[in-house]
Formats: sequence, structure tokens, C-alpha cells
Amino acid sequence: MSSSQIEIQLIAIVVAAACALPGVFLVLRRVALLSDAISHSILLGIVLAFFIVEDLASPLLIVAAALTGVFTVFLVEMINRTRLVKEDAAIGLVFPVLFSIGVILISRYAGNVHLDIDSVLLGEIAFAPFNRMVIAGMDVGPKALWVMGGILIINIVLIILFFKEFKLVSFDSGLAAALGFSPTVITYLLMTQVSITAVGAFDAVGSILVVALMIAPPATAYILTDNMTRMIIYSALIGAVGAVSGYWIAHWLDVSIAGSMAGMSGVLFGLAFLLVPKRGLLAQMMRRRKQKREFKVVMLLIHLYNHEGLPEAKCECRKDHLTDHLSWSEEESRQVVEMTLRSGYASIDGELLLLTDRGRSTAKEAIINWTPRTQTT
Amino acid sequence: MEFITSIFTDYTLRSVVFGSAILGIVSGALGSFAVLRRQSLLGDAISHTALPGVAIAFLLTGSRQPLWLLLGAALAGWMGTLIVMVVIGKSRIKQDSALGMVLAVLFGFGMVLMSYVQRTPEASKAGLDKFLFGQASTLMTEDIYIMGVLGSIALILMLLFWKEFKILSFDREFGTSMGFKMRLVDILLTTLLVIAIVIGLQTVGVVLMSAMVVAPAAAARQWTDRLGVMVLLAALFGALGGVSGAILSSMTHKLPTGPTAVLCISTIVIISLLFAPNRGLIYRQLSYLRRRRALAMNSVLLDLFELAQHHKRAEHPHPLNTLKSMSDRPERVERTLLELYDRGLVDKNTDGLWYLTSEGQSHAKKQLGEIGVMS
Repeated sequence: MSSSQIEIQLIAIVVAAACALPGVFLVLRRVALLSDAISHSILLGIVLAFFIVEDLASPLLIVAAALTGVFTVFLVEMINRTRLVKEDAAIGLVFPVLFSIGVILISRYAGNVHLDIDSVLLGEIAFAPFNRMVIAGMDVGPKALWVMGGILIINIVLIILFFKEFKLVSFDSGLAAALGFSPTVITYLLMTQVSITAVGAFDAVGSILVVALMIAPPATAYILTDNMTRMIIYSALIGAVGAVSGYWIAHWLDVSIAGSMAGMSGVLFGLAFLLVPKRGLLAQMMRRRKQKREFKVVMLLIHLYNHEGLPEAKCECRKDHLTDHLSWSEEESRQVVEMTLRSGYASIDGELLLLTDRGRSTAKEAIINWTPRTQTT
Repeated sequence: MEFITSIFTDYTLRSVVFGSAILGIVSGALGSFAVLRRQSLLGDAISHTALPGVAIAFLLTGSRQPLWLLLGAALAGWMGTLIVMVVIGKSRIKQDSALGMVLAVLFGFGMVLMSYVQRTPEASKAGLDKFLFGQASTLMTEDIYIMGVLGSIALILMLLFWKEFKILSFDREFGTSMGFKMRLVDILLTTLLVIAIVIGLQTVGVVLMSAMVVAPAAAARQWTDRLGVMVLLAALFGALGGVSGAILSSMTHKLPTGPTAVLCISTIVIISLLFAPNRGLIYRQLSYLRRRRALAMNSVLLDLFELAQHHKRAEHPHPLNTLKSMSDRPERVERTLLELYDRGLVDKNTDGLWYLTSEGQSHAKKQLGEIGVMS
């Protein structure tokens, strides 16, 4: 590994972690798409500030972009308040306008500087190590690392300082307001954080992929845990894993690094979505299958119980007649009978199924439990 | 005039105008349903997801035949919607996160594929690049035909299933209870939305296509409460925004079509939000002022009436200051009295005192009767 490769990975990890932290609250508060809006519209702020100072490294760019981000949220809320359009449409109306102005300004007036359309969408993390931070004539590392490191620290400090407020507003903004914590102030604090993080990350991964890093890792963590502190830590870790694995895949296949990082964060989500115990799709499907089988066994027990000791039992309780009486396929009834016998709910006498004591009590219990309550009372 | 004739003679301009008109009409009409169903941002997800579809179609077929690329885009967009639905249905992830994640992750995947495609020697980079922000001036006659055919199919299906789509948009449960297969209707409408978005990709690009779906519908919604009118208006606005954006961008150097079209259609949105009758902000402000004036006139009239009740004569006059002391906005009382005077409801005697005319008295009685005081 060359030193620039290490530096790229370090930057990627810091960017991913910095994005994941505010992302947690976006996901919990169900405003994830505001990150989409903000990450697009900050382009306008960057371009306008660039025209004023004509220096891409100026900190004014970050200030201007953060202001545009907050302004976007303000515009969305303003349109919401008129109640002329629904909230989703308000988001969908605001950011394309600001983004379009930004893109037009770039393509008309800034075509020859580093701000071209490709870097708007993708950033240039591969070039990040070339832009060095030099303090008093000494090279102290890539500048992007310092900028994003600073933003990451700001995010961590803010979350620690306002942990209680963020948590309260995320889960019950009504209660927060009643207790005297203004949800509006907290919301704008969060949105400022999102904007600043998006500006910093913009340079490395571009506007649309900021969204991936802000939403996918927290969404993954949300599937994994019910604890907010853990969710924050998992998000940062998952973001970092996605960033590093994405970098290596991009390196091996020689493709876009930022795109690959976003893709990997999606893959990680997909894995969690499918494989997590209990909540994962696979676990859900297995549970459903198990429930279905158990239900069938109980159904057979009730069937046997209903006819037990009656003259028709000879025909109703025959193993090979279940296909008619319970309209199961042969394969199905064979499996159910086998399971019932194996669990000791019934014994078999020739072709006839006989309930054991255990089977009888299970059937009785099931009948009592399943009778709709309105009829029992 | 020369410009209008050039639309019919200039080959490029004609393609641009037809192409963007088709795109505007179809996305406007179908966008209406998306906006009404609060699925505005689904369009955003679909259009971003289309990017990997375009790249995969190119990798598989090796051609930049528009039909293949659009087919790839449509399949990918459709898959994206499906993933969103599965994620929402099978996990605790909410719609906003699911949409944002699918949008950004699949777009990232698309960028990976694009960067791969651009390395292959036979790739004509310029061909796929325009799918990002759109370039109307590169539209060929063949593109227009494909857009026209796809768009007509989408619009015809929309008309055929008009009733079902209407029920789906406003009261899905009712539709289910009437025996419609609402799930199928939902899938069909989403498919039509995918087609509408795919049609616009070459002209407007994946990044901003969603605005062409949301904006015309949001504008049209302000002018009417009827679905049919809204869809027609949205189609009109969409065509207007699309065509003006495309013409501006193909006549100006270095002006990408997508952003320009978005700004044109957004202008229509702003005008609609401000000036539409009934819902528009300016109309609302005016009618608020009008109501406030009517209320002020009524209250001064009733104050005078009440004062007169304390005397034998109903037209007993009272000084301005008494009325002022009874009003919560004293500074406006004099102006209100003059307005009442203009309507012949009050008059001023020679001492400068105000009294109710007989017409004013009956008016006041009627008002009190209406609010139930004089029963």
C-alpha cells in the first residue's frame, strides 16, 4: 500500500463516519430526503462563493454552502406552511431549482476550473492526497483529511453535547416542545450539521453519494439495534467498512471510487436486510414457514379431537383421507402427519391416527385460545 | 416569425421541440398522479436508478441504440421501485430512508458502471454522458419516434384505466371494497410513471428528471380541484416548460437542457403558487383583506345599533370617539364609517355625530338575526 492509498482510505473513513452521524437523526426523524435536497442545493452556495473569492480552498465556501443548505430547509418549510403542496412535493420543487442554477453557472462560467460537472456528482477522492495541508512550511497531511476530521469532531461534540435534545426530538418532538426544548432550534442545528458535513464530503464523494453515506449506514444500523447510542456507533463503523471495501473494489476493477463506496454501503444494507437474526428477511421467512407448519399440526389435532370416539372417526381420522378432509396435498399431509407423530401428539394404528393425551390437551387449549373473544364473554 | 418557420424547417430545432413537448406532456400528465399520491420523490428515485440500467444495456448490447438504452433504464427504474417497496414492506425502514438509499446507492452503482464503460475502447463516451444532465440538441428523429410511441402508449393506458387510477389516487380502500385489484392498478400506474421518466432521460437527464414530474403537477394543482383539468393543465405546463427550456438551451452555447427546463417549469410553479385563483397566495391575501374589511364594517354597524338601543330613537347619533372606544382597531373606525356611508348604511348629522340610516338599521337587524341574537 502506498502512502497515498493509505491517505485516501483514511479520508474515506473519516468522510463516511462524519456523514453517518447526522444521518442517524435524519433516518430516525424520517426526513432522510432532506439530505438529498441539501446535498444538491449546496452546490449553488459553493459556486456563488467561488465567484466571489475565486479560491476553491477558501473557508468561505463552506460557510456559504452551509447557509444554502439551511436556506433550502427554510424554503421547504415555507412552502409547506402555505399548504399549497404536500411536503414531499415541496422538497421535490425546491432543490432542483437551486441545483439547476448551480449547474448552469458552472457550465457557463466556470468550465475551466476544477469545478466541473463530473466532480460535482462524484468528487475526486483519488486526487485528495495531492492537496496538502502545509503549516509553517511543514507538510502535515492531506487537506481533506484535516477538513473532514474537523467536521467529524464537530459532529461528535455536538451529538455528545445535545444528545438528550437530539434523542427527545427524534422520538417525540411534541414532548420535547412541551418540556421546553424547541424542536425548531434542534432541527436547524441538525440541518446546519448536515449542510456542513455535506459541503466537506462534497469534495471527496460528490453531491449524490453524500446521500448514500448519510442514509445507508444509519438505515443498516437501524435494522441491527434498538439502542440509539449503539445505532450511532454502528452507523459510523458500517460507513467506514463500506468506504474501505468500496475503495478496494474500485481499485481492483479500476472504476469510480465514490460510486463504489456508495454501492458497498448499499450492499452492506442488503446483507443486514437479508441476514440479520429475527428482523432479517430470511429470518422472517423461516419464522413464517415454521408458524405455518405448527398451525397445520394444530389444525390436524383439532380435526382428530372433533371426531374422536365418534362413529365417523374410522374414516375421518384415516391418514390417507386428510387430503379430502383438510384439502391438503398428499405431500403436505404426509409431512404434517410425520411432524405430529414425531412430536408425540398422536400415535398411529394401521391407517388410523389416535390422539395421545398430550395431543388432546393441545387441541383443547388451541380451541379455547382461538375462539374469538366476543363469543366467549 | 422566422423562428416559428424554423421550427418546421430546421431539423435540429424541430427534433428538440417535438422531443421536449412529448416529454413535458407525458411527465406532466402522469406526474399528476404521483403528486396526488404523495409519491413526488419516487420519481427522483426512479430516474436516478435508471442510470445503471442505461450502462448495463450498453454493456450487454454494445450499441447506443436508444431503444435498448431506454429499455434498460425502464427495467432498472422499475427494479428500483420494487426494491423500495420490498424494503419498506419487510423492514422497519421508512419510505424516506428507503427512497434516499435506493436513489443514491444505485446511482453510485451506475457511476461505477459508467466509469467502467468509459474505459472500454469502443465506448462513445459522449453518448452516455448526456444521460446525466440531458442534451436536447442531440435528439435524433429516431429518438423522437421512440419517445412518441412510448409516450402515446403511456397516455392511452392512462385514459383506459382513468377510473381505476382516480380511485387509487383518492381512496384506495374504497377501490379494494369495490373489487378492483388495487395492487395491480398500483403496479400499472408506477410502470407508466417509469415510462414517463425514461422518455425524458435523454433530454433532461437522470439528475433532474424528477422535477419534470413534480413541478408541472404541483403548478396545475393550484388552478383546479378536478383531476381531469389538473392532468390536462399539467401536460400543458410540462410541454411549455420542456419546450422553452430545450429551445433556450439549444440556442445558447454551454447551457445544459435539464437545468434550463427545470428553471422554466419552476417559473410556472412560482406564478401558480402566487396567482392561481382560490388557492394562490396573492388571491388568499386579497380575500383575507376583503373578509377583514367586511368584518370591520359589520362590527361598527352593530356597535352603532347597540348604542342606539340604549336610546328611544334607533337613529340616535353618536360621536366617533365612542365608536372608537368600542373597537379593537380604533385607528380604522373612521375609514370603516366612510365605507359604510358610501353604501348608505350610516350618515353623519350636522354636529358631526354618526347614526344608522333606516337601511343600516334593517341591515344590522338582519345580521343579528343571522347570528341568532334577535330570535
